[in-house]
This record gives sequence, structure tokens and C-alpha cells, in this order.
Amino acid sequence: MTGSLLTPSLVGLCRSLTEILLGIVKALFDALSLPGVGSWFVSPGVVVFFTYLIACLVMVIWAMLINLLTMLWVERKLYSRIQDRYGIMLSFPWPWSKRYKRGITNMGWGFLQNVADGVKLLQKENMTPATADKLLFHAAPALLVSSTVMVFAVFPFSENFYYAKVSLGVLFILAALSIGPFSIILAGYSANNKYTLIGGLRAAAMMLSYEIPMILCVIAVVVLNGTLDPFEMVAIQERPLMGTILPSWNVFSPPQMLGFVIFFIAIVAELERIPFDIPEADAELVEGWTTEYSGMRFGFLYGFKWLRQFAASGLLVVLFLGGWNGPIIATPELLGYPIPILPQEFWLLIKIYVVAMIITWISWSIPRVRADQVLKIGWSRLIPLALLTILGAAVFKTMGWF
Amino acid sequence: MAEFWVNMGPQHPMTHGLWNLRIKVDGETIVDAEPILGYLHRGVEKISEVREFQKVIVLTDRLCYVSSITWSHAYCLAVEELMGIEIPERAKYLRVISLEIQRIASHLMWLAAYGADIGLLTMLLYALRERELFLDLIEIMAGLRLNSNYMRVGGVRNDVPADFEKSCQKVITHFRKKLDDYQDMMENSKTFLMRTQDVGKLSKEDAINWGVTGPNLRGSGSNVDLRRTIPYEVYDQISWEPAVEKECDCYARSIVRMREMRESCNIVLDALKKMPPGMCRMKPPRRAEGEAFRVTEDSRGEALFYVAGDGDDRPYRVKIRSPIFCTLGAVPQMMRGHKVADVVTIMGSIDICVGEIDK
Repeated sequence: MTGSLLTPSLVGLCRSLTEILLGIVKALFDALSLPGVGSWFVSPGVVVFFTYLIACLVMVIWAMLINLLTMLWVERKLYSRIQDRYGIMLSFPWPWSKRYKRGITNMGWGFLQNVADGVKLLQKENMTPATADKLLFHAAPALLVSSTVMVFAVFPFSENFYYAKVSLGVLFILAALSIGPFSIILAGYSANNKYTLIGGLRAAAMMLSYEIPMILCVIAVVVLNGTLDPFEMVAIQERPLMGTILPSWNVFSPPQMLGFVIFFIAIVAELERIPFDIPEADAELVEGWTTEYSGMRFGFLYGFKWLRQFAASGLLVVLFLGGWNGPIIATPELLGYPIPILPQEFWLLIKIYVVAMIITWISWSIPRVRADQVLKIGWSRLIPLALLTILGAAVFKTMGWF
Repeated sequence: MAEFWVNMGPQHPMTHGLWNLRIKVDGETIVDAEPILGYLHRGVEKISEVREFQKVIVLTDRLCYVSSITWSHAYCLAVEELMGIEIPERAKYLRVISLEIQRIASHLMWLAAYGADIGLLTMLLYALRERELFLDLIEIMAGLRLNSNYMRVGGVRNDVPADFEKSCQKVITHFRKKLDDYQDMMENSKTFLMRTQDVGKLSKEDAINWGVTGPNLRGSGSNVDLRRTIPYEVYDQISWEPAVEKECDCYARSIVRMREMRESCNIVLDALKKMPPGMCRMKPPRRAEGEAFRVTEDSRGEALFYVAGDGDDRPYRVKIRSPIFCTLGAVPQMMRGHKVADVVTIMGSIDICVGEIDK
């Protein structure tokens, strides 16, 4: 099996880093002949505090600066290609490169375009409607952003790349993702605008009809795997599938195939991507619940959709697609030593981006469905099928078929 | 929940121009609707009275910026009847070719806007991409792309270059393949059917009573195409079939437009084949007296021009009947009982052009 890139673990690495840094601080204070302050800095409580602070920083930078920007870039490049155009290509990361010196070409990557857009949004005026409920209006973007970042407190990128090891991790991620629609309702209500109000009410209706099948699918996985711990869940999916070299991911189990499809549809609805983007249907409700936001508040509300997409795709991968396991169990050996094909983090990221690209592909090639049809799909199709999935999972578990 | 009015316009992504649709909603259900017009009124009819007959064409080109040739053509027909002149045969064929190319370009603009309305932004990009090709054809004919200023009283401005038939065939062969793709993306898509079927029903009787014309009327099952019922130019010498659908909903109206694009391709190729040599333009008289009106099949419906002259070199009175202005009257009836999301589907399916509504 492939190993993790980070050894021993994110927190362990950060602890070593903290100890080095605090050792330097202690040496400084010792040189200033303040040994009491110096020894306070290396006391266990302070070390643990700084360790988790640095680990938190690393995780936030990893999630928000690297993965959010990459996700936005992948999305924009991919749908531009679907629409037969080049998409963003000017903000090249290395302006001194030869490619850029030849002038602007369609071969540019445009990777930093989203940074440029963010800077533009920062420069814009932050307007608050005079009749808005100002506290809630300002609280809603903060709630959305913080709840999305909260997912990464427990989300495991590999056996060692995690911030906190929580035994109810999947439940925590689901709960953190479910705060998002709540902040959408707040934003829609507080702006005191008819478009945002209709958008917020649609978000409320969507939340009811898509959170339930989503969580029912997770219950089916829990029934089959017997745990809510993402680490154990991935470890269970590592066993060989009926004696072959393929791993037995949950999606290969017959009831979970249905559950996978339902969960996929539910996260597309949860993320408000195009077939189900009725709360911010831009042709009907201007921009739905984000209509009254401007400047970087709008940037947060709009851009964090892709971090939510990253988190939700990650949850899908952990639950159904074997997490950080490679697609083949056997490891090639050279002279008796195993060669890891790719580290675990890379397998997870590849799967997450493939799922996200499929979501993008779907959402740019079919029209939006109507609000009442969205609810009809949720209540009368997905929920009965999700219940059927639980039944199937229970039967399979009892009979020991999978 | 209490009922309240929502303004869909004058600045709203749904409007496709400068107008306002106020809808009264009860939750998500539309109780009433009220179109409010006049934001784009330019007084074309009045300005026409101070211009010479030939120079009015600049104004009629700008009546509908998506379908300028068809409007200028309607005006030219009316003025030619007023003057009592018969234009050369080749000019008639050239007119038919340019009209049909313009009709395809206009319908592609509708397709682009409709895709964006129902949330399929990819359709917008695709349809505009193919529209470029037809605008290029218009550029070859007229030298201009959008407001082409091609029609003249007494013919068309200039003849087409020698290899025009070849470029037309190239574009149309390419476009027919692309049209199959569009049908896959729209008509064969379950989501598209969910959005458009049984939405915005307008029965045949209602459509006739409200004065709905053109593709919207044919989508309601009435086989009225003025190119067939009152043939003008050379439409009676070219073989083609009007597109009629009986479902009366948004889906039928969109199918009619898709089929019309195919028919227009056939008409262009057929007319190019049958086009005789000769003059493309004759010198019309400068002054005219009397009154005349002609009605043509515009891209959006029945375009009627009434022109009266008092013996001077400029019209005494010009009256325009625009098809979408009449169709908008039927909109509240089509909308009642549907959801807010259906507003864009219905308004998109009747193919609004505010320039011709407000004149």
C-alpha cells in the first residue's frame, strides 16, 4: 500500500517546528538574562498551544489559499473549454517566463486570475442596504466562511495529514456543511430585498429536501462500515474486493452504488450548482440571496462555494471512493522494497478534483430545473431511494455479502 | 403568505432589453403579471416623417437590432407598393436570401438568450459562435454585420460576389451539423423538457384573439406563415414547409424556431440555385402619393408597415405594427398559475426584442 507524504503527522511536524522556534525564543530570552520568561515559552502548555496554532495556520493556508484557488481555476478553465473558448489565460504565475515574453497567447495558464479578482473585489465599496438587518447581514458571510473552514478541522487528507482526529469526523463534516444553507437563509432574510427573500426561502426548502437524503446515504454507509470515523472508514475500504487486487470501495457494493448516485445528486444540490442552483438563479432572481452583497463580502459568498465543493467532494471520496487508497492494492516491488506509486495525499486530491470536475461538467451542460421540480425530485425520488439503500445495506451487512 | 409585486426589470437579467415586467407573486406562484413598456421609445414613426423615403431605412434597420434586414424589407415593400414599382427578379432572390440568413441569425440570438435564461450558459456561447458565421455572410452581402443597411427601395444595395454560393454552402453544411448538437443539448435533454413542457400554454384561439403571430402562433398549432399565405418576393417559387407544432407550450415554440432554422437553410440554398442574372436594383421615383401597407413574416411574427405619402419626397405618415408588442398582451394570461422560474422560460420562448416593441 502507498504511504503518506507527511510522517509522522501534520501536528507532529508542527510540534517539531514549534519546538525549534520556541527554542530560539528561549535562547533569546536567556541571552537577555530573562531565564524565567524563556523557560515559560518551552513549558508544555505553551508548546501545545503554539503547535496547534501553527498546524491550524498550515491547514487554513492549504485549504483556502491552495485548494480553493486551484478549484476555482480548474472550474473556470474547464467550463471555458466546454464552451469552446480559452478562459482565463493572462495572470500567469511566472511573468518572467519565455512564454509570457512572446506576448499574450492562448496558452497562458491564468492561474492567478482569481487572486486578481479577489484584489478587485477588495477595492470595491462594501455597501449595506439602509433597510437591512445589519447584524445578520454582516454575520451571514462570516458564518458561511467559518462553517466551511470548520470542515477542514477534521477532514483527513491522509493517514497523517489531518488537524484533529475525531472519531465522529463524518458527522462533524456533515454538521459543518449544513450550517451553510442556514447562513444563506440569514443572508436572504436580512437584506430586506424581494429577490434575496425568495432566494433565501428557496434555500430553506432545498436544505430540507436535500440534507435528508444526503444524511440517509451516510447512514447506509455507516450501517455497512460500522463507524463514523473517516480513518476507520477508509481502512475498511482497503481490503481486497473478492480476492482481486482491486480494493473494495463502498461504491462497489450494490446498495451503495445507488447511495453513491443519491449522495452525488444531494451534494450537487447542497452546493447549489446549476441543475439545482435555484436559490441564486441568476436569470430569475438577479443573483438570488447574494444580490445585495458587494465587494469582498460578495467575494466570500461566491468564492467559498468552491471550497464547499472541495469539502463535499472530499466527503464523497472518503465515504464511497476509498479515500486515500490507490485503485490497486498490490504495490510493485523493486529488489524486495515496496515502491509507493503515489503518496496517499495525491490519490485523495486526484479523486477530489475528478469528482469536482464531473460536477462542473454536469452543471455547465444542462439547464436549471424549477424550484418545485427540485423539491419533487428530493422528496419523492431521492428520499425513498435513500431509505431503500439503508435497507439494502442492512441486508448486505447481516448476510455478510460485502 | 402575503402576495407582493416583484419588478422583473427595467434592470434585470431576464429582460433582454429595457422594459419592465411586474409580477404579483404568492410565494412562488404568479398571480398576475403586468408588462410596462416605453423605456426604449425613440419615436421612429415620427422621425420617419422628416426623412426622404430612402433614408428611413437607416431607422428601420435599428427597429430590431437582431433582425434588421427583415424590418427594412417590410418598409421597402410598403414604399414600393406606394410608388407602384416592380423590382428586378434578381433583387427579389437576393432579398429572400438575405432575409433568411437574417432569420437564422435572429433565431440563433433567441437560442443563445433562451439558453442563458433557463440556466444553460453553454448554449449562449455555442449559439453566438454559429451566429458569427451568418453575420459574416451578411457582411459579405452588405458590408455591415448588424445594422446592415442592405435593403433599398427598388432592390438591394449591391450584388453578391461570385463565390457567395460557395461560402453559403460551407456555412450551412457546418451549421446543419451544429444544429443536431443543439437539438441534443436542448430537445433531447430531460431537464429542458421538464422546464419547457406544459409551461406557458397559449391555445390557438387565445393566440389568434390576442394577435399573436409568427413562430409563437405556429407553436400554438395554427398554420399561418405569411411567406405562404400572402406570398411576397419569390417565396411562392421556392419549395419549403412552414414549421407548425400543436403543443401550444414553450417547448413547441422552441421546436418551431429550431425547425425554422433548418427550413431557412433550405430556402437560402434553393434561392441561390434559382437566382437569375440581372440587375439587383432599379431607380425608384422620388415622390409618391397615396397610401400603402404591406405585411411580411418577420423573424418574430407579422411586421406591418403602413406608409402614406402626400406627393412629397418623404412619407406623410408611417405606422409600424410590431409582432412582439401584440404578443406581450398575452403574457399575463400565459403566466398566471406558473412559478417564478417560469417567467424566464415563457418570456424567453416568445423571443422578445424591445427595440421593435417600443419603436
